[in-house]
Amino acid sequence: MSTLALPYLSVLRVRFQLMLQYRTAAWAGVATQFWFGAIRVMTLVAFYVGTGQQPMNLPQVVTYIWLGQAFLAMLPWAPDAEIAVAVESGNVGYERLRPVDTYFLWYARALAWRVANTALRAGPVFILAALILPLTAMADWRWRLPTGGAAAALFVASITLTALLSSAFTALLNIVLVHVKTPRVGNFAMGFTNLFSGLVIPLALFPHWAQPFLLWQPFAGLADIPFRIYTGALAGATAAQGLASQVLWILLLVLLGRWWLARVLAHIDMQGG
Amino acid sequence: MNGLALYWRYIGISVRSEMLYPASFLLRLGSQFVVTIIEFAGVYVLFERFKHVRGWGFAEVALFYATASIAFAIADGLSRGFDSMGPMLVKTGNFDRVLLRPRSSALQITGREFALSSVGRLARGAVALIVAIGLLKPDWSAAKMLLLSWSVAGGASLFFSLKMMEGVMSFWTTEGLEVANTLTYGGEAAAQYPLDIYAKWFRNFLLYFVPIGCSLYLPVALVLGHDTGAPAWLAVLAPATGFAFLGVALLFWRFGVGHYTSTGS
Repeated sequence: MSTLALPYLSVLRVRFQLMLQYRTAAWAGVATQFWFGAIRVMTLVAFYVGTGQQPMNLPQVVTYIWLGQAFLAMLPWAPDAEIAVAVESGNVGYERLRPVDTYFLWYARALAWRVANTALRAGPVFILAALILPLTAMADWRWRLPTGGAAAALFVASITLTALLSSAFTALLNIVLVHVKTPRVGNFAMGFTNLFSGLVIPLALFPHWAQPFLLWQPFAGLADIPFRIYTGALAGATAAQGLASQVLWILLLVLLGRWWLARVLAHIDMQGG
Repeated sequence: MNGLALYWRYIGISVRSEMLYPASFLLRLGSQFVVTIIEFAGVYVLFERFKHVRGWGFAEVALFYATASIAFAIADGLSRGFDSMGPMLVKTGNFDRVLLRPRSSALQITGREFALSSVGRLARGAVALIVAIGLLKPDWSAAKMLLLSWSVAGGASLFFSLKMMEGVMSFWTTEGLEVANTLTYGGEAAAQYPLDIYAKWFRNFLLYFVPIGCSLYLPVALVLGHDTGAPAWLAVLAPATGFAFLGVALLFWRFGVGHYTSTGS
C-alpha cells in the first residue's frame, strides 16, 4: 500500500513546498481578502438591522463570512495552471508515459495546491479577524470561535472533506481543459461555485423551500456545510446529512473524473514535437 | 493623426484581434456575464429575505448596482493596458519603446488593449438597470437621466484613474498589485449599495479620500429622492471629482514615467 501511494505522496509534498515559496503574494491576498470580508460583513450587518428571527443570527453570519475569506483558496475556481500550460504545449501527452494513475496524480497535485494555498492564507485572516478585530471599535464584527467541542471536531472533519471535494472538482476542470483547450473553463463554473457554495450569500438565507436542494447539491460541500457546522447552524442530524452530502459528491466526482479522463486520454492527439 | 484618432485606431486593432478567436471571445464574454449576473442574483436573495436594508428597497439598490457596474465596466474595458503593464513592459524593458514614440505614453498604454469582454460586466449593469427601471416605474425627466449618465461618467473616470495609478506603481514593483484590487473591485463592490448602510468611517473614506461615493452615491440618491444630508447642488456637482482624480492620476503617471529605469535589454 505504502509503495503504491508513494508517487502521489511525493507529488503532494513537492507541490506543497513549492506553494509555500509564494509568501509575499499570499500576504497581498490576505489583505485583499480581509478588506472584501469587511465590506461583506458591513453589508450583512446593515441587512440585519431591525430584522426578526432568521435561520442564522448575525454573529453566526459574520463568522461564516470570515471563514469564507479564510478558506477562499479552497474553492475550485480554476484548473491546475501547470496542466493548462501542458495542454497548450502538448506536453500533456507525457502524462501517459508516467507509470502512475494519471487521475490520482492530478488529484494529488490539486490537493497539495488547495491545502498549501489555504494554509498560507487562513492563518493571517484568522489573526486579523479573530484576534486583532476584537481589540478595535469593531469588535462586533469579529470572527468567533466554535460554539463547542462537538462543532469544532465536526468542522475539522467537514473541512477535510472540503479539501477532498475541491480537488475532485479541480481534477474535473483539468479534464474539461484538455477537451476545450482554454484555461477559461473555470470562469463559467466560478459563478455557480460562488453562489451555490454560499460564498456570495450564506445558503441558509436562501428561501426556505430551496433548503433541501441546497444541502444536497455538490457546491454546498465546498464552503457552506463546514462553515454552518462551525457556527452551530448545522448540528445533530442535519450536520450528519451535510457530511453525507460531502462524501457522496466526493465519490461521484472521483468516479466521473476517472471514467472521463480515461476516455479523453485514449483519444488525445499530439502534434509531433 | 491627433490623439483621439490614434486612440480609435488602437481600439479598432484591439477589437479585431480579439475577434480573430470568436469562440474564445464568446466564452470569455459569456463567463463574465454569468459570474457577474450571479452576484446580482445574490442581492435579490438577500432582499427576498430581509425586504429592505436601512430603508432602501431592492429596486433602489438595483439602481446603485447598475450605475456602479456600468461605470466599472467602462473603466475596466478601457484600462486593461495598465493591468499587465508591470510584467509585460516594465520588467522586460519594453516600456523603452513606448517612450521612443512621439505620443503620450498614457495614451499608448490605454490603447494597448481594449477589453471587449468587459461587455459581460456591462450587461450585468444593463440587467440591473432594466430591473430598477421596471420596478421603480419612474417618471424620469431628461434632467434625471442626464444626472445618472453624469454619475456613471464620473465613476468610470475615477475607476480608470485608480487602474492607472496601479499601473504607475508597477514602475517600482514590476508586478501587478493584488492589493490595488481593494480599491478597484472593492470600490465597485461597496458602491453597489448606497453608502449610508456602511459604518461612518468607511462611508467617509469613500466620499472624501477615494471619492467613489461622490459619483456613485450622492447623485443616484438625489435621483431617487433620498436625503443624504448633502444639498442638491453639491450632489449634482460631485461627479466632477472623478475627473479631478483623473488629473491627479495623470500627474502621478508623469512622476512614475520620470522614475522609470530601463532594464536595458
